[in-house]
Amino acid sequence: MFDFQLLFEMRGLILQGLWNTVWICFLGCLVALGLGLVLASLRLSSPRLVGPLVATYIELCRGIPLLVILFLLYYGGPSIGLRLSAEIAGLVGIGLYGAGYFAEIYRGGFLSIPQGQLEAARMLGISRLNILRRIQIPQMLQLIVPPSTNQLIILVKESALLSVISVDDLTKNATAMVNETFAVIEPYITVALLYWLIIETIARGGYALEKRLAQRSRMPTPSSSDTAGATHATS
Amino acid sequence: MFEILIDNYPVLLRGLTFTLIVSLSAIALGMLLGMTLAFALTSRFATVRWLAGGYRSFWRGTPILLQLLLVYYLLPEFGLNIPPLPAAILTLTLNTAAFQSEIFRSGIAHIPQGQIEAARMVGMHHWDIRRRIVVPQVFRLTLPPLTNEVITILKNSSLISVISVTELMRTSEQIASRTFQPLETYLVAALLYLAVNLLLARISAYLERHMKGGLAAE
Repeated sequence: MFDFQLLFEMRGLILQGLWNTVWICFLGCLVALGLGLVLASLRLSSPRLVGPLVATYIELCRGIPLLVILFLLYYGGPSIGLRLSAEIAGLVGIGLYGAGYFAEIYRGGFLSIPQGQLEAARMLGISRLNILRRIQIPQMLQLIVPPSTNQLIILVKESALLSVISVDDLTKNATAMVNETFAVIEPYITVALLYWLIIETIARGGYALEKRLAQRSRMPTPSSSDTAGATHATS
Repeated sequence: MFEILIDNYPVLLRGLTFTLIVSLSAIALGMLLGMTLAFALTSRFATVRWLAGGYRSFWRGTPILLQLLLVYYLLPEFGLNIPPLPAAILTLTLNTAAFQSEIFRSGIAHIPQGQIEAARMVGMHHWDIRRRIVVPQVFRLTLPPLTNEVITILKNSSLISVISVTELMRTSEQIASRTFQPLETYLVAALLYLAVNLLLARISAYLERHMKGGLAAE
């Protein structure tokens, strides 16, 4: 029933789709992770003008389907002089869309750090960037790894939408195989398994990172976090 | 941009209605299936737990677009020819049920065990406990993640345009290809989606405020 011969003949299409899905998702997620951090810091550090703007951006990301964003970029872009190839439009779309979600995840992480620590660091004259790099990020990492892993998985799955704006990703090539061979089960099941493989890899990576952070972290133990809380209360 | 909205508002409205019909029926049906799955996931029987877990893994672990294509193209292979609209509702239902089951399962876990023990003590039937004690509280406990899921399904419903259901997204595609103004058209679509989602978020916040009373005390 399951025709492996057919899959072997179609290996070119499958591998091309896998490669495209992987590199576009990888770069798109990197953009999303980086831009998300910038957005979260902006939202928290400048409450007057930039903060609300960033908050609106996040609302937009969470309220508009990725498909609409991709169409805006790919089909709408040229009318304002923005000509992107399908792959790049997909990459940018995933990056911009994911950034909104990551910004919220990071914000949760930032807010979990006791205010007293930041005040103490500022008192000691540590620069803003160093506070971010040495105090905030190491502590929030442990907290944000699980939801970030989740979000990465969601983005990889949503990347199937790129097929609609004609990127030769796994989903598009599966449909191409269906159209060519009239076999429906083999291509879609294979592609489903490949997505699952990518996602399982990310999930495992997330667990491993989580474990490592838990071992290595110098997160305050319950007793020391009590003192941190006490300092905060008296300050 | 407003010209697009004014010139095409009947079709856009029709598209939006279809989007709402599909996503809301999927949410409602998915709730029934999801709640059943949540009980299956916490079942006493290992086989039931295992089967429900497998279902959840598949529907949470593969892209929804792929699921849509599978349901739409695979079912005819078995002699089941279903039109695009039911196929779309079916796929979204099966998908959201998996996510909702996980939400409900965490809700069930948060209900104080003492309540259930007490109910059993006074001789309430297994099903009555679920229907009268567990389910109403689970809805209250899980309202925020449930709202997220509703918004996600509403956004994911844009995918069913791929199997030619004329909802908001497909309507916009048609308008864009007729007017040659893709940017404006998709911006209108984006605003419509955003409006519905913000409205849903507001409704949920309202419900959350007004259902606080009578929540299970730990």
